[in-house]
Amino acid sequence: MNYKLNFQCSRDQLGHVRTFLNDVLSKHLIPDKEKNEMVLAIDEVCANLIIHSHNCDPDESIVLKVNVEENKGITFEIEDHGDGFNIKDYKEPSINEIVTQRRKGGMGLMLVRRIMDNVELINDQGKNTYRLFKKI
Amino acid sequence: MVEILSDITDDIYKIQVIGEVDASSSIHLDQSINEATKKSKMIVVDCQELEYISSAGLGVFMSYINELKEKKIKMVLFGLSEKVRHVFQILGLDQLLNIVNSYEEAKNLMNEL
Repeated sequence: MNYKLNFQCSRDQLGHVRTFLNDVLSKHLIPDKEKNEMVLAIDEVCANLIIHSHNCDPDESIVLKVNVEENKGITFEIEDHGDGFNIKDYKEPSINEIVTQRRKGGMGLMLVRRIMDNVELINDQGKNTYRLFKKI
Repeated sequence: MVEILSDITDDIYKIQVIGEVDASSSIHLDQSINEATKKSKMIVVDCQELEYISSAGLGVFMSYINELKEKKIKMVLFGLSEKVRHVFQILGLDQLLNIVNSYEEAKNLMNEL
């Protein structure tokens, strides 16, 4: 089954994104723990893109696609245009660095990597597709 | 969307977090903890009605760890749902913060810290 959501690059859209994901995953009877983790991971990627790639410009938009393959896995594709960041090569800070440097950011992508089974960025002529896969 | 209520009882500054703390609302949590650090040496964060937290919210708590230590301010979180607590656990942050089940436990821990 395929699902699609188009949203503006504004932080206040994140609640909307989570509601969409919760609805989709509930439809497929994904257990609460896995569902909540996936919603969190996608929220993190979308927040990163909205803030860092699009500077919260509501005139720009992002497309979120979800493909559920029963008994196999769920593929999330987040598409945008702009400067893509390579989610796979991102060097994450240590928790200790976050505490000593009093950083408020830096943990979002750590969560994404812990939660998802595969994460990749595909760049095709200016279009970025962040593809995240979770086994079910 | 998040709503934050605060009050001081017996020198304990209580912050009640209601709703969802994400990249759009974590600023409110940050402001309330910042305010609390100026007014009390004991901060309790009531998370009973905290429905969701993302890394933006986690980052707020983490960013205060050193400042609280320096200023000898104690902070305890209580009443996290299993779902919210799990988010802290994924990165092991539950080991770096004081997290208990009830307000009573939070007050007791405050006296031990």
